[in-house]
Amino acid sequence: MNASAQQHGSVVAEEAAHFGKLAAEWWDPKGSSAMLHKLNPPRLRHIRATIEAQWGIAPEELRPLTGRRAADVGCGAGLLAEPLARMGAAVTGIDAAPENVAVARHHAEKQGLAIDYRAGGVEALAGESFDLVTSMEVIEHVADPAAFVARLAALLAPNGIMILSTPNRTPLSKLAMITVAEGLGMVPKGTHDWRKFVTPEELTGHVEAAGLRVIDRKGLGFSPAAGFHLSDNLTLDYFLTAIR
Amino acid sequence: MERQDVIILGGGLVGLTLGIALARHGIRAAVIDPADPDKVLASGFDGRASAVASAPWRMLDAIGVGAHLQGRGCPIDAIRVQDGLSPESLIFEPSADDGALGHMFENRDLRIALDTTARAADGLTLLRPARPVDVHRDLDGVRVTLADGREVEGSLLIGAEGRQSPTREAAGITCARWSYDHVAMIASIAHEKPHGNVAYEIFYTTGPFAILPLVDDAEGRHRSALVWTVDKKHAPAMLGLPDRAYQAEAEKRMGGMLGKVSLISPRSSYPLGFHHAARITDTRLALVGDAAHGIHPIAGQGVNLGYRDVAALTEVLVEGMRLGLDPGDAQLLARYQRWRSLDSFMVAASTDGLTRLFGIPGRTARTVRRIGLGAVQRLGPLKGRFMAEARGETGKLPRLLQGMAI
Repeated sequence: MNASAQQHGSVVAEEAAHFGKLAAEWWDPKGSSAMLHKLNPPRLRHIRATIEAQWGIAPEELRPLTGRRAADVGCGAGLLAEPLARMGAAVTGIDAAPENVAVARHHAEKQGLAIDYRAGGVEALAGESFDLVTSMEVIEHVADPAAFVARLAALLAPNGIMILSTPNRTPLSKLAMITVAEGLGMVPKGTHDWRKFVTPEELTGHVEAAGLRVIDRKGLGFSPAAGFHLSDNLTLDYFLTAIR
Repeated sequence: MERQDVIILGGGLVGLTLGIALARHGIRAAVIDPADPDKVLASGFDGRASAVASAPWRMLDAIGVGAHLQGRGCPIDAIRVQDGLSPESLIFEPSADDGALGHMFENRDLRIALDTTARAADGLTLLRPARPVDVHRDLDGVRVTLADGREVEGSLLIGAEGRQSPTREAAGITCARWSYDHVAMIASIAHEKPHGNVAYEIFYTTGPFAILPLVDDAEGRHRSALVWTVDKKHAPAMLGLPDRAYQAEAEKRMGGMLGKVSLISPRSSYPLGFHHAARITDTRLALVGDAAHGIHPIAGQGVNLGYRDVAALTEVLVEGMRLGLDPGDAQLLARYQRWRSLDSFMVAASTDGLTRLFGIPGRTARTVRRIGLGAVQRLGPLKGRFMAEARGETGKLPRLLQGMAI
């Protein structure tokens, strides 16, 4: 239990404390966050394809987010924030666990990346505006998903894009993410509570209630041969993209 | 110094090509080499030459090196493989619209073209001569300390120092290796009759003898490069031959097919061996070229394997960096390792098999070889596979090898 994690409305204190304990291993590709490292390439491919299509960006552009502001909510130790910064964005990363933020700050500094890291919940960003808002594998950990989505939506600049990802609540996701992944130690035990998983329909509802329009839903699949990959099957884990 | 995306140790034919290919795609790279390029390039023709297969040639063209090699390469229109001077031979000849199997270049011309391209490349830092005295790699990055005290920091280290790669040794990467108990004697010759753009691979039980066509020199003399393999125990005697005797021996082995022969370069030699690194990546490290795998030079595939490494690694890094990934990201290196391992081992194993098959003395073995050659000649698909191998076109082809930018 972590005192500083308790003061943000959207955050469940035990959740923040759980991830805070894992902070030191975040950047070790063979450590407890190995799955997240493996998840990064398809996740970034999806983000890249989305911004190319929405903002008319050339495929060979190395820094397609130059001149844009991005917020990653629930940024952990910066596994997504750093690539967004390398793509040229002015990135704000926020996380409920101060340990994560400390690791993220330290790591970015060593990489020569200027990223604005803050400890806190999405509430702390109220009043600011971003071209790209991401929150990956976070909503299944928050206290009130609908309110969380509404707060994310409020951060979106005109012509902005919001990309969320989360596990679906299906028998498959329970088997894969709890029974197998946590059971075999591929993901640390206690990472997920299946009952809090959100279905695409529920998430679409929250997003529409927040005044946004869903433009894309894409599945994230896993197979031992191909690893994590983008697919049209939403039953395990999925991305949802929305604009105003 | 600005932090580099990629630090390349070794500025030879493969290392420099990688630096150019990366810079062409906007990736910041530094090439570090202890040799002084001006001294290396000022020296005369050393007799060494390389066959650049057609796929790697398309890459050199795509990254701007080809423009500096106009008229320097001799197209290989056919490869003639024969068992000794027997009249039966296996001829690999692509159909007219398929283009050459590759081009032969003097290594010196390749070095000059690469150097000219590299000096003009934006975003490519050349540190030559510069000797690395300390290399530090960890999860956060790479730091190379030079003998003069300068430090170069970056995200990914490349070992491109050739077969004795100290970077590979330092990483504790083991190599499968064996020696062929043979020595390759390298020299270039002028000869009376034109070679007709044909490369000859003549297999003697004492070892293969390759005649690789070069372009005529300024005086219009016809030229070829010789790769002459001799048993290690005969090597000192062969190497000690006076030039005149060497020429006479070479003519004899060529069966007079190119007429009178004269040496036009110094002779050099090196022991032949096979080595194949157990893995080609480590924390923030990738190996390319001979640092990763050295093969028998008989099929002229050595530099081509290196160029295929370059093409695959460049594609992996460019695609990764467009996603914002750190060039030293473990997922990217894993992809490079998967992509290259099987291909390089297949080429190494097949050239090794070829050499061993032809190295067996005796009448029965020769009959088997003749039947084998005849069978390959008659079997279209098998021959197609050999041809694709010679062109460097097997395996999933990186975009650069198709002549396309990434």
